[in-house]
Amino acid sequence: MNVFSFYVFSPVLNKKKTNMSHTETLTENSSLAHSLEKHVDVLSRKCYQCGKCSAGCPVADEMDLTPSMVMRLLQTESPVNDEKLLRSHSIWLCLTCEMCLCRCPMEIDIPNVMDFLRQKSIKEKKVNPEAKNIIAFHKSFLNSIRLTGRLFEFGLTLDYKRRSMALMQDVLLAPRMITRGKLHFIPEIIKGRAHVARIFKKTK
Amino acid sequence: MKTGIYPGCSLNGSARDYNESVFALAEAFGLKLEQVADWNCCGATAAHNLNKDLSLALPARILSLAEQNGMDEIIVPCAACYNRLTVTQNELKRDPELKNRISEVIEMSYNGTSQIINVIEWIDKYIIPELEGKVIKPFDRKVACYYGCLLVRPYKVLGYDRPEDPQSMDIVMSKIGATPVYYPFKTECCGAGFSMSRTDIVANLSGKIIEDAESRSAEAIIVACPMCHSNLDMRRDDINKYWNKKFEIPVIFITQAVGLALGLSAEKVGLKRHFVDVNVG
Repeated sequence: MNVFSFYVFSPVLNKKKTNMSHTETLTENSSLAHSLEKHVDVLSRKCYQCGKCSAGCPVADEMDLTPSMVMRLLQTESPVNDEKLLRSHSIWLCLTCEMCLCRCPMEIDIPNVMDFLRQKSIKEKKVNPEAKNIIAFHKSFLNSIRLTGRLFEFGLTLDYKRRSMALMQDVLLAPRMITRGKLHFIPEIIKGRAHVARIFKKTK
Repeated sequence: MKTGIYPGCSLNGSARDYNESVFALAEAFGLKLEQVADWNCCGATAAHNLNKDLSLALPARILSLAEQNGMDEIIVPCAACYNRLTVTQNELKRDPELKNRISEVIEMSYNGTSQIINVIEWIDKYIIPELEGKVIKPFDRKVACYYGCLLVRPYKVLGYDRPEDPQSMDIVMSKIGATPVYYPFKTECCGAGFSMSRTDIVANLSGKIIEDAESRSAEAIIVACPMCHSNLDMRRDDINKYWNKKFEIPVIFITQAVGLALGLSAEKVGLKRHFVDVNVG
């Protein structure tokens, strides 16, 4: 079957999504390509390696696997390559700018693939050590919301410094933010704080 | 028709200037903007990177609150929040099972009836038609309109303007007397949420955006996203250091530019809070 008939028949090939929670889908034991097809409606085999995604990706030159390489490895459905993907730095470097999807001639939702791989990588404790700070930042960010309902930027900064040990980072920026009234030292706590905390608990 | 506003966390903190200019415009045109009561953070990049259900549940709570408040539409000035809210609304509309599951998580009914609009759509709808005779200080400058990623992509979900070479901001700027320059970096990424975790990437990407604007003789970069603004303005020292250059071009929110054209003061629209000086003379 050539790529164009794939394109034409792709709605037929798209299997109906099952009613599994996100956590269940992440612990499923099958090839990544299969899980992506089943749960996020992404058919990695539609990719014909034109490379436009990698050409337009703003962080491609930092990546160990460029977006088109990620797609190619998925297509092999080999456990070795799946492992390589989950342990890659690339999945964490993706900024979700969506340029790849925007330019993909097959309209493959690569940002969605990246989200799926990141979450599976975390669940299976396969996070690339180079991505340590990126994940520390995301965790500090969510932690701040869980506690007060809104992002507390100063608290986020302190928590991130604690996790990343980047203690001296931006110490010169803070005073300049203060004089411009851009840094608050007291968090805004919403009334529905417990409600938000419950949302965190239920989606864990 | 009731219009609400979801400011988001940045506008209450590091992007106060943006918030001030949005409310200054609303005041100048007698527009009422009620905040979504007891709103929470949308979860931003962190949530959708780490936990999909959470990344839908947090915006769903906001949208349900807006519905409870009887808001027919909500203006979302932050491009990142605008993106997350719209993506959530779209996902829950597309998948009724998911909608039920998320409704259960947030313990609220969710219908998806409030329309979500970004700041440029709000200006187009409520300010442009009333603009005649009010532009007392035309913004007579060459400008580079920088849209960033989240305002225009993914196109199939947001359905707003063109995903590359969009025009809406350029049109608004023309109407207040500015001359938008040809600018291929309009929708390139500034490095977004890597501001702290990978400042080097932000300095590199934001530097490209600034360099191109300067090379085209633009006198200001116009933005509609607090994250783009903080990367291009607050991170300017990091950018200059990374590029070993001295970029001086100011970065102005579109609402600030419109406010200045109306004759509002620099303080009123929050310009004094910028890191890179803006010469409004």
